[in-house]
Amino acid sequence: MINLPAVSAIYKFEMMRTWRTLAQSIASPVISTALYFIVFGSAIGSRIAEIDGVSYGAFIVPGLIMFSILTQSISNAAFGIYFPRFTGTIYEVLSAPISPLEITLGYVGAAASKSIILGLIILATAAAFVPLQIAHPVIMLLFLVLTAVTFSLFGFIIGIWADGFEKLQIIPLLLITPLAFLGGTFYSISMLPPFWQTVTLFNPVVYLISGFRWSFYEISDVNVWLSLVMITLFLSIALGIIWWIFKSGYRLKA
Amino acid sequence: MTLSENAPIISISHLDKTYDDGFKALKDISLDINKGEIFALLGPNGAGKTTLISAICGIVTPSSGTVKVAGYDIIKEYRQTRKLIGLVPQELTTDAFETVTNTVNFSRGLFGKKPDPAYIEELLKSLTLWDKKDNQLMTLSGGMKRRVLIAKALSHQPDILFLDEPSAGVDVELRKEMWSLVRKLRENGTTIILTTHYIEEAEEMADRVGVISKGEVILVEEKSVLMKKLGKKQVILDLIEPLNELPSALAAYDLSLIKEGQELIYTYDTNANRTGITTVLKALSDNNIKFRDLNTKESSLEEIFVELVQEK
Ligand SMILES: Nc1ncnc2c1ncn2[C@@H]1O[C@H](COP(=O)(O)OP(=O)(O)OP(=O)(O)O)[C@@H](O)[C@H]1O
Ligand SMILES: [Mg+2]
Repeated sequence: MINLPAVSAIYKFEMMRTWRTLAQSIASPVISTALYFIVFGSAIGSRIAEIDGVSYGAFIVPGLIMFSILTQSISNAAFGIYFPRFTGTIYEVLSAPISPLEITLGYVGAAASKSIILGLIILATAAAFVPLQIAHPVIMLLFLVLTAVTFSLFGFIIGIWADGFEKLQIIPLLLITPLAFLGGTFYSISMLPPFWQTVTLFNPVVYLISGFRWSFYEISDVNVWLSLVMITLFLSIALGIIWWIFKSGYRLKA
Repeated sequence: MTLSENAPIISISHLDKTYDDGFKALKDISLDINKGEIFALLGPNGAGKTTLISAICGIVTPSSGTVKVAGYDIIKEYRQTRKLIGLVPQELTTDAFETVTNTVNFSRGLFGKKPDPAYIEELLKSLTLWDKKDNQLMTLSGGMKRRVLIAKALSHQPDILFLDEPSAGVDVELRKEMWSLVRKLRENGTTIILTTHYIEEAEEMADRVGVISKGEVILVEEKSVLMKKLGKKQVILDLIEPLNELPSALAAYDLSLIKEGQELIYTYDTNANRTGITTVLKALSDNNIKFRDLNTKESSLEEIFVELVQEK
């Protein structure tokens, strides 16, 4: 039987933390996204032709949302589990009648919820700048949720693995940001020379952004089904690593 | 699994803990804790008290051996065992930005219990935290933080309470309050295990005392028995004339010669009605044994540790 009060205690605790640090958790990603719209969407975008019949400002919206979801999921989840390890308050979670799965559910559930809320807020912010159209809202939400959950799981793994604050920052900074920028946030892959198009297909973020953008405008760099297969694959990898971590008792306990 | 009335509530058997760096913090510990008792775990810094508690509570993974709580295995049946246990850790670790009420409710939730505002109110009042219930934890003093940790540990009404060095950084007032709380809990049937460096604390509180040193339990005793052992005092007489052996007339007394017959030691029990000192001194003068100086000496905790370790 699952210890629901415990999962909800962790979930609420984490959501409260977001509320307390509202400026950092929600406001700063929203502001930086709005800046992207102003700089790339309006200022530069007005000089860029439409891409596949979509105005440049509207074209970058799905990519920017994905970018925020990726980075915020990872850093929220990583911080959420790392901080109690750092301060020592993790003792209470470890001594509670709660399974590793339930611990993950509480922390990852909260981190993913935050990202999803954040994604929707950015979407609403974007609607104020550019005319938006969402062709497949259900698939859009599916991508949003799957990506938020998957990358919150990766963040959780980083938070368990990290033994210092630098390690918390290093993966979002050195891996996710470059991959997202080179993964088609700001351009269509088809605009690249053929060689770089092939190289780009090794970037996992391409599949996320392409599929997500398809749910808006029905334009994509790769087939939307391939995108769904890939995100499911990433989710399975994340779940596999979590399973292995808890099986081996790695790092949470001495 | 059902538990008979007299079965120990905690049963530790052949417990070992080797940390990742190869350090053996617990060596073949076997120990039973009785239901409803106050058990004091006494030992110097680094003896392994916190490690032992952490292993029972699930914070540290045992290397080998078994621990059963109320008949349940702490690894295989951790949900049953952990529900029964509340832990007040040695370190004052708290979530700085949380309020007192929130952090206590969080603990109750973690242990799978539905919210019970009436019980939490009573608990916070009994720990004189009610005034501070909406304060953020970082605004509390160290002593108040410790009360909060106690409230968190009791939030889910555990049957067993671990107090890891409850008197560290606590003033006399709070210590008294804490002891009266502990006694009240015991009256309600809660089993309490506390760790301490101080023999006086063990003496004041405990029903039984376990002494742990270098990862080994070297003695477990009813407090009254232990106090008798520890209550020994010695008179050391510096003799004018060294003695080769004790005159047979003095054989009835607990006397022994040291330093090649230069000093004579009389050991007596401070708890006894009659220490026998006058009789011994009279017997000495009857036998014409003269001394130039006299010292008394009480065994300190450190000496007792040394003695116990040597005895083993
Ligand atoms: N995570 C760890 N890794 C390696 N060694 C550890 C770890 N935790 C504790 N130790 C070592 O294990 C020994 C026992 O530590 P423990 O904290 O159990 O002692 P203690 O009896 O509680 O001491 P104190 O009275 O100072 O609280 C110490 O030598 C300590 O250095
Ligand atoms: Mg300790």
